[in-house]
Amino acid sequence: MARVGRECSKRMQKSVIEVHHLYKAYQTAAGDFPVLKDVNLQVLAGDYVAIMGPSGSGKSTFMNILGCLDMPTAGSYVLDGYAVATMAADQVAKVRNQTIGFVFQGFNLLARASLLDNVALPLVYAGVSKEERHARARVLLEKVGLSKHMHSHPNQISGGQQQRVAIARALVNQPRLILADEPTGNLDSTTSEEIMAIFDSLNQEGITIVLVTHETDIAEHAKRQVRFLDGKIVQDTGSASSVAGSEYV
Amino acid sequence: MHQVSPEVSMFSAMLGEAWHAMGANRLRTFLTMLGMVIGVGAVVLMMAIGQGAEASVKRSISAMGSHLFVVLSGPPRMGGARTATGNAPSLNVRDANAIGELYGVVGVAPVTMGKGQVVYASNNWNTDIIGTTAEYMDIRGWGLSAGYPFSASDTRSATRVALLGRTVVQNLFGEDEDVDPIGKKIRINQRPFVVLGVLDSKGQTLDGRDQDDTIIVPLTTAQRKLFGNQLPGTVRQIMVQAESDNVMSMVEEALNSLLNQRHNIREGADSDFSVRNLTAIANSAAETARTMSLLLGAIASVSLLVGGIGIMNIMLVSVTERTREIGIRMAIGARETDILMQFLLEAIMISIVGCLIGIVIGVTGAVLVSVFTQAEVIISSASVLIAFSVAASIGVFFGFYPARKAARLNPIEALRYQ
Repeated sequence: MARVGRECSKRMQKSVIEVHHLYKAYQTAAGDFPVLKDVNLQVLAGDYVAIMGPSGSGKSTFMNILGCLDMPTAGSYVLDGYAVATMAADQVAKVRNQTIGFVFQGFNLLARASLLDNVALPLVYAGVSKEERHARARVLLEKVGLSKHMHSHPNQISGGQQQRVAIARALVNQPRLILADEPTGNLDSTTSEEIMAIFDSLNQEGITIVLVTHETDIAEHAKRQVRFLDGKIVQDTGSASSVAGSEYV
Repeated sequence: MHQVSPEVSMFSAMLGEAWHAMGANRLRTFLTMLGMVIGVGAVVLMMAIGQGAEASVKRSISAMGSHLFVVLSGPPRMGGARTATGNAPSLNVRDANAIGELYGVVGVAPVTMGKGQVVYASNNWNTDIIGTTAEYMDIRGWGLSAGYPFSASDTRSATRVALLGRTVVQNLFGEDEDVDPIGKKIRINQRPFVVLGVLDSKGQTLDGRDQDDTIIVPLTTAQRKLFGNQLPGTVRQIMVQAESDNVMSMVEEALNSLLNQRHNIREGADSDFSVRNLTAIANSAAETARTMSLLLGAIASVSLLVGGIGIMNIMLVSVTERTREIGIRMAIGARETDILMQFLLEAIMISIVGCLIGIVIGVTGAVLVSVFTQAEVIISSASVLIAFSVAASIGVFFGFYPARKAARLNPIEALRYQ
């Protein structure tokens, strides 16, 4: 793994995400269909970024690439100092396991497993012993206020509670970065506020958060808003440098 | 806190999950397993029956004696029509003595036989009477369970002594054997005989004839005192034992040329005797039993294969159903090998549990068969082990494709799957 951007990090605050000239195109019968066109973004450690934009603007594809679930067609993505493109599949899996915590719109908990086992699941793939898995999962369930329900199953609790479990699962391996794809999309406004309060406090603890949302009131929780349109970043409240190449500004 | 290696804790967690997944859809797991259960049960049962049949054939062969020829007299020509072998007494004791001189022959026993009515007290029985020499017992490998064999001097002086088979003893002296037959006087075809010994039980021949339903008397006694006297010194057959399997064909040739010469039979003419290789006949029977046992095993294996395909089928369904779960697992850090291992473990677990149940059922079935049909069955640990390892490999073989399919899923598409 090549350590990239060391000089940058010496000069300024360390960046967790560095994306340069990122392109992504899907191959269709009608030819290549571009989704991301020359996206540049730098997210520093401790940042709290909301990515906004209409459907089809490429923000979900961008999130998938950030989450190492998808690979860009061109351009570079440096995550926590490591160039993702140079990693082997197992290393990428390890990054997903230990560097990133995912929170999904649809919660994506395993229906068959108890809340405790759901939260502890990433630790299975980290090779942690059963006692420690359960101990760490218990601590996090307590943190999101669900320790009473740890032996319940996902279908026995509300959507908001399920999303708390998903956040606990994302945190269990102590990631540097939380990626949340419309985390409040399936929740009512009160519950959404509760979930966002958790993200706010996590960010205050120093965890970098990038979330995708449609709603401006959700996006206002973040320190910085990045707006996507037609595969490009058209607005970035945080950094002027990352939108330098955009003609929409 | 004791330290467990990451691989071990991961593996044990996956074992637990596989067990959990099996319990999640019990009926489906049971039906999938049923294929394995039936396959393994059939293999264990068929092998038990086949090996039992083989063993009983082998025992019949060793009961007959080894490296044996029987020289039968006849078939004689009567104006062009041939009658059955053994009808005309063309062999005699001097032929037997000459055969005894041949290289590679270790034992010779001239045999004459017939039916006799046996009486003791108020009981009577009709049985086969074999008149032969003392050597016959050695050649057939036939011992006595009580009393003494007769000697060469009994043959010389044609004493009226008899060795009784187990069945004859039971019919003359009663089933419960409270009368000791040794030394008792019996009558065979009205003539008094002294019981000298009781023969070991030999069981049935391959064709189901009871070998214990017989009486052995000295050859000369049979010739002179029981069966009248057509031609003095003639015998119905001569049993010949060769030294080993290697000299069998040589001895057979020597037997033919010796007897042709002694009986003045020109080359190309029909001989008045025939030589039969009993060991070859018995071996072919054993070979048949072995083939049958193999065939049974092969047929049963087909059901194992079908069981394996059932596992593959259900694992493919399971992978499709759990596509989203696979996506989630990949998103939170499962490697391809972790997903592969998880599904493989599930397939192996189904086949091994099915196999264990199948072994229990197969063994139970074999015991029931032996109880209800009296047929011999042999449950060898080898056959159980083979069934078990084949079942485990079937789990790996048929589980691999679905597991690999799961491991190769694209995480984004898997997460989107509804």
